[in-house]
Amino acid sequence: MPHSVSPANSPRKDDEELPDAPVEGTAENGVKLEDLFNDDDNEEFPASTADMKMQSSPASVPEPTPAPSGVDSDIMLAFYQRLFPFRYLFQWLNHGIVPTRDFGNREFALTLQNDAYLRYQSYPTADLFRKDILKMNPSRFEIGPVYSTNPRDRKTLRGGQMKPVSKELVFDIDMTDYDDIRTCCQKANICAKCWAFVTMAIKVIDTALREDFGFEHILWVYSGRRGAHAWVCDPRARNLPDDRRRAIAGYLEILRGGSQSGKRVNLKRPLHPHVARSLDILKNNFAQTTLVDQDTFASSEQADRLLTLLPDKSLNNALRRKWDSSPDRPSASKWADIDSLAKTGKSSTLNTATLRDAKQDIVLEYTYPRLDAEVSKKMIHLLKSPFVIHPGTGRICVPIDPRKAEEFDPLSVPTVMELLTEIDAYDAKNPAGTTEAEMPDAEGSAVNDSDVKGGTRKMQDYEKTSLKPYIEFFRSFIAGLLKEERAVKREREETAPAVKADPMEF
Amino acid sequence: MIRQDFQRIDPKRRATIDPKKRQFATPTYKQQDYPFRLNLYDTPPTAEITLEQFEQWAIDRLKVLAEIEACSYRNKSPAETEAHINPLLQRLLPLSSNTSSPHGAADQRLKNERQKDHYSHFILRLAFSATEDLRRRFARAETMLFRFRFQKDDSRERRAFVESLSLDWEPVSDEERHEVSESLGNSTPGLRNVNEEIWYKVDWEKVPELVERRTVHLKKGKAYVPGREQLSMIMAEFTARLERSLELTSRALPRLDEDDRLTPILNHLSKNFGSAESVYSEGEGHVDGAAITASSIDSLSQHFPLCMRSLHMNLRKNNHLKHFGRLQYTLFLKGIGLSLEECIIFWRQSFKGKTDDEFNSQYKYNTRHAYGDVGGDVNRRGRGYPPYSCQKILSDNNVGIGQTHGCPYRHYSVDNLVGLLQSTGVHDKEILRGVREDVGKQRYHIACNRVFEWSHKGEIKKVKEDGTWTQADLDTIVHPNTYFKRSYLLKQLAKAPGRDA
Repeated sequence: MPHSVSPANSPRKDDEELPDAPVEGTAENGVKLEDLFNDDDNEEFPASTADMKMQSSPASVPEPTPAPSGVDSDIMLAFYQRLFPFRYLFQWLNHGIVPTRDFGNREFALTLQNDAYLRYQSYPTADLFRKDILKMNPSRFEIGPVYSTNPRDRKTLRGGQMKPVSKELVFDIDMTDYDDIRTCCQKANICAKCWAFVTMAIKVIDTALREDFGFEHILWVYSGRRGAHAWVCDPRARNLPDDRRRAIAGYLEILRGGSQSGKRVNLKRPLHPHVARSLDILKNNFAQTTLVDQDTFASSEQADRLLTLLPDKSLNNALRRKWDSSPDRPSASKWADIDSLAKTGKSSTLNTATLRDAKQDIVLEYTYPRLDAEVSKKMIHLLKSPFVIHPGTGRICVPIDPRKAEEFDPLSVPTVMELLTEIDAYDAKNPAGTTEAEMPDAEGSAVNDSDVKGGTRKMQDYEKTSLKPYIEFFRSFIAGLLKEERAVKREREETAPAVKADPMEF
Repeated sequence: MIRQDFQRIDPKRRATIDPKKRQFATPTYKQQDYPFRLNLYDTPPTAEITLEQFEQWAIDRLKVLAEIEACSYRNKSPAETEAHINPLLQRLLPLSSNTSSPHGAADQRLKNERQKDHYSHFILRLAFSATEDLRRRFARAETMLFRFRFQKDDSRERRAFVESLSLDWEPVSDEERHEVSESLGNSTPGLRNVNEEIWYKVDWEKVPELVERRTVHLKKGKAYVPGREQLSMIMAEFTARLERSLELTSRALPRLDEDDRLTPILNHLSKNFGSAESVYSEGEGHVDGAAITASSIDSLSQHFPLCMRSLHMNLRKNNHLKHFGRLQYTLFLKGIGLSLEECIIFWRQSFKGKTDDEFNSQYKYNTRHAYGDVGGDVNRRGRGYPPYSCQKILSDNNVGIGQTHGCPYRHYSVDNLVGLLQSTGVHDKEILRGVREDVGKQRYHIACNRVFEWSHKGEIKKVKEDGTWTQADLDTIVHPNTYFKRSYLLKQLAKAPGRDA
């Protein structure tokens, strides 16, 4: 029913049941049919997807903002019709304008409104992609790897024939991994204070990927609630096999060990340049976020944990006595106490170098990025697409500009409801817009070629909303990527003659 | 990096071959001479050998590889492995260096040794390319063998061999070295003087091991590798080439042009790469006569090894376990004979904070998948995954934040480990000291077995004395389910004397 949604009636649609029915019906049919096929798994998958689901189950969402938590299917549909940047998503994954294997063999996994999970979807072109999304109206969808064949044909192939060939190198940062060191919120909640952890993580990871590994096209995306994803899109990164991905994940991972492992950062000295640089970036964050905003060591349990990380027993005893006598001592003072007591020379066994190293380790333990490494290690891992709606919060998964990571405020990211209201407000203010509203806006978000029509530029719906800067950022990101892609292709063509003889061999 | 061309016919020559006569054209193969002791196995063998040689050579190599694999499963140190493998290699697969003979590489003995090495490698490739699992194991064992030989090679010959490979390493100029000398020093452990080394700049993808351990300086995608890290790069190259050709072999295998002489040998070989991994067969952990239900797990947990016991305690404490913890524990429970229905009931009751809906949508599937009740054909036919062995649990070197799975002896800090042991009733000072020592030497098995022997010392003494159990029944435990079974049986024996094991 795409045509039935016009800006005038979309807000009222909430109480209309009817137009919705056929859409859900088709979706359900689709599920049953697809479910028959859906039992073919890679071993990793039931596990990882179930975990993903677990983290964002809508039922356990205490809303930080008054925005409506449940995003119903009509709103979702209106969003896909009017705002979702299908064309740009296509260009991003296709690495060019003409549809290629890069897009056609790419796996999409759709989570439908009834929570059914459809894997191995693929689409030859942007338009077919858009059409199917509108038909299925998924509550969200995820992006997997490019396969050697079309994922939809997997049943016709002998086992093991369909191989993943490339995918962006991805990273996932999730606030739940920080639960033991943040005091402001727990579980799914976030606030500006703890978002600082994500900001630091973006800075550290982004710098390392650029300077050490030489990657340039790194897209950071807000995950919609309490985390961020990175998509490294350089051709070199996309083609990495799993063991090289594991190597990068290992390189970036400094915290090791589970809840019972004790001290989790144990670095060799001298510090590796990556660690030294990260420490430089994080030092100030530690002073501000950990010591002041979070006041992490205020509670006696946390202070005890801090003491277990320090090397010298007699110094620890002195500190414990001091802190026990003034229970409300803030973290910053406690941190300063370590040095001031060390200087008084109360402990004869104290080794200043060991203490300094331990303090560095502590700074890293409390601020260094905590990555969900499994996500990065496997090419076949699925990750939520940019620009979909987080079903719990209604927020859009917008890109984050890593150069201005500090300015990003997750709580001011527009929700889908706000965006739809903005369109209506804009149209009400500019009645000229009605002419285009009359035209069924079916291609609104998909077609940008029709930008210039009879001299007057047709205004896209997203341009009427606060989503505009995000989509424009995404567009410029893609432009940069395509430019390099073209350069690579040209290079390949220039060296082609020698290689070209080969395919003719048989 | 396009380097497969050696297998292709030169296009100019191709045009002159008449397709009708092509099958009768006398094949001109590259003659194999073996100038070096080591071999990257790029060119397949072409000469004729007898069937007996075919089989015998393959079996000899197989024996070596199986031993190498077994060593790694038992967590042996490189020195121990060397001591174990060396005599075997001498006997079955000797490979001498050029200097060992006055004629150098021209000596017939050397040629024969090298030929055997070369041919047996390719025979085993045929035998082990069929499944993904076999390919991976074969590649791993071969890489270990190659590393072993590479390290033992004499340095001059090794250099000549490396040069013959023509790997594209770009030497770092003096100015550039001065620029980054501090970073080089800081990133490369065990380095005395930056300027003494010869440095190479290579794509970081070539040295994944160094990158993963963070022991190399990276800048803009290039790794600065000291000359002595050759080994890592050559290993990567070896594995990459081998994996690629195994992949190709597996694709060509169905079209193997062969009467029925080789196939039975090959099948026999691949079956005999006995899985040292699965020392545990299905149903082995089941205990007859024990009623194992969801409600009896609590009382049975006293027989669980520490890894499972700590999972159980965590589960009871938090009413939740993270994914890998759940998986490890579910498989163990499956191994002791808990049925799927009972297992689902067990998890349902354990996750107190979850509603039925949440449980059904988020956790039930995983449990069923582990039992092979759902999932792909392969999973269902194999009835899910086998319970994890100690080897599998120990080799997970990445227990993340807030996760509780793994082996406490390996993944807990020593203080937390001792705390945990004490909370399970192990207070004996002597034992705890022994455990600390074992863990310090990374002998996690020994630590676990030490605790087992201590906590069952009365029963063990008894069964030994009355001869109901032989030493073989009391072998070192290398599987959590064996731990449970043995513990359970011993305690039962103690309770009801006279009942047979």
